[in-house]
Amino acid sequence: MSERFDCREAFQRTLVELAASDERIVAVVNDSVGSSKLGGFGKAYPDRLINLGIAEQNMVGVGAGLANGGRIPFVSAAAPFLTGRALEQIKADLAYSNANVKLCGQSPGVAYGELGPTHHSIEDLAWLRAIADLTVVVPADPIETEQVIRWAAATPGPVFIRVSRMPVPIVHDDGYRFAAGAAATLREGGDVTLIACGTMVSRALDAANVLSRRGIEARVLNMATVQPLDRAAVVAAAVETRAVVTVEEATVRGGLGAAVAEVVTQERPVPMRILGIPGVFAPTGSAEWLLEHFRLTADGIAAAALELTTERVRS
Amino acid sequence: MTTVRTRPGLGELRSTANAIRRRNLEIIHAAGLGHTGGDLSAADILTALYFAVLEVDPAQPDAPERDRYIQSKGHASGVLYTTLAAAGFIPDSLLDAYMAPGSALNGHPDRKRVPGVETNTGPLGHGLPVAVGTAIAAKLDRSRRRTFVLCGDGELQEGSNWEAIMAAAHHGLDNLVLIVDRNRLQQGARTEDTNGLDPLDAKLAAFGWSVREIDGNDIPALLEVFDAVPFSAARPSAVIANTIKGRGVSFMEDRVEWHHKVPTAEELDRALRELSA
Repeated sequence: MSERFDCREAFQRTLVELAASDERIVAVVNDSVGSSKLGGFGKAYPDRLINLGIAEQNMVGVGAGLANGGRIPFVSAAAPFLTGRALEQIKADLAYSNANVKLCGQSPGVAYGELGPTHHSIEDLAWLRAIADLTVVVPADPIETEQVIRWAAATPGPVFIRVSRMPVPIVHDDGYRFAAGAAATLREGGDVTLIACGTMVSRALDAANVLSRRGIEARVLNMATVQPLDRAAVVAAAVETRAVVTVEEATVRGGLGAAVAEVVTQERPVPMRILGIPGVFAPTGSAEWLLEHFRLTADGIAAAALELTTERVRS
Repeated sequence: MTTVRTRPGLGELRSTANAIRRRNLEIIHAAGLGHTGGDLSAADILTALYFAVLEVDPAQPDAPERDRYIQSKGHASGVLYTTLAAAGFIPDSLLDAYMAPGSALNGHPDRKRVPGVETNTGPLGHGLPVAVGTAIAAKLDRSRRRTFVLCGDGELQEGSNWEAIMAAAHHGLDNLVLIVDRNRLQQGARTEDTNGLDPLDAKLAAFGWSVREIDGNDIPALLEVFDAVPFSAARPSAVIANTIKGRGVSFMEDRVEWHHKVPTAEELDRALRELSA
């Protein structure tokens, strides 16, 4: 097994580097200095780490105010509380107001495992994708996390970035350049397309290898930008591979899979499977155990793709 | 800001406040929509701020060193737009399109379309957290610019305000001024009969703010209190502005139904005559 990395490390390292050359950059937290790995930022720039305590609505509003004052705030908190508690602030103060605030949702999906559904952030992609004028990005590995943080700092406007704590292997090479709103093709294939984001990208690549041994060549797209979606890449996948499987560490209701399905059903209907947490509160278990439980594994993804391609042969 | 401005006399400010009230009622009548009572209760506060206190320049509405005025009670957009027009931020003719289809003047302000609006408000409990952010930003910049935020009193039932009130005191934001439009009425009833706020002064003081209470429809009192901020070093300042909802029109004053009742042509006529007297 290849080496795995916690994306929070790339997040904090990049933020400290950017802050050195751009004094507009500040970090805003809700007592989450440790869980956001921002201790180093606080040591380097004590005045620019603004800890507002356990008060997420105020934290997001303060972010909007800091942006009004010309700062570039990276507002960082555990994803379930950042999004669920402050959803109206995200809508009104950031998206509708077009405030230059960077929301960093830490430890999303089922990363908090045994802590249970209160601490899982599986609804965030659906909630935030529904809000106009808000970009939603889910980096897949530390290389992409660094790229996304740099892009967000340099690009005006509100954005939500998932920052995973679940260790993931590197899926991009050093020369990779994140482009907002553009899918990255990590593997070519003509039989089926696997569209994934975040922690699921490496698993989709592994699934493609499983499928290849069965004679099925899968295209793998890293759809890091969930909103706005790369509609052209989705249509091309539907036209050229005639079957699409999506996979995300999020509920199957309203997230990446739904976004892709909106395009597929209206532009180029082809058979689809939407993989993720199947609309339930997860049982007790570690993050790894839960991903196995919900078959968000190379074998589970490959099985869904096999179903689609087998149906196609039969029909 | 470098602009040095002579402060208008009291007579002129009172006249401006009533002119704003008249125009405000005209646009509500024309739109067939509006928050009449809460517009009128705040008219003197906005007049004092825009014509005698705030360092803002309509020719440079985004000047980095401007004072910030954040109106958390976004539903009182009528008085905000009318004041912004009187102060030269938007043309008076634009007011005729208040809430018209496609208009820049939505029922709640949109900063992307209206110069002088700092943040989009409407859902209650949003302005004060943003104001804490603008005040922290000024501190980081070591700037003397100030933030004034106007909240409705009923709005203080939203918990997000109390998160912000704690944070403002913790961060020693003596460049932040909270003005509470204390007209004692919310949409459906009196605040004290709904979810009581009193003793509001003691609550704010207990949270670490310096508090003063004034007649919020008395322009000299407003000028005196705004000239006195910050009331204490290293503490945020709160002004409990005791106002009368519907102030200036006898049949609207302190009447809960005028929260968002729209005057008929005959009522508008009577109101305009009272406000011209």
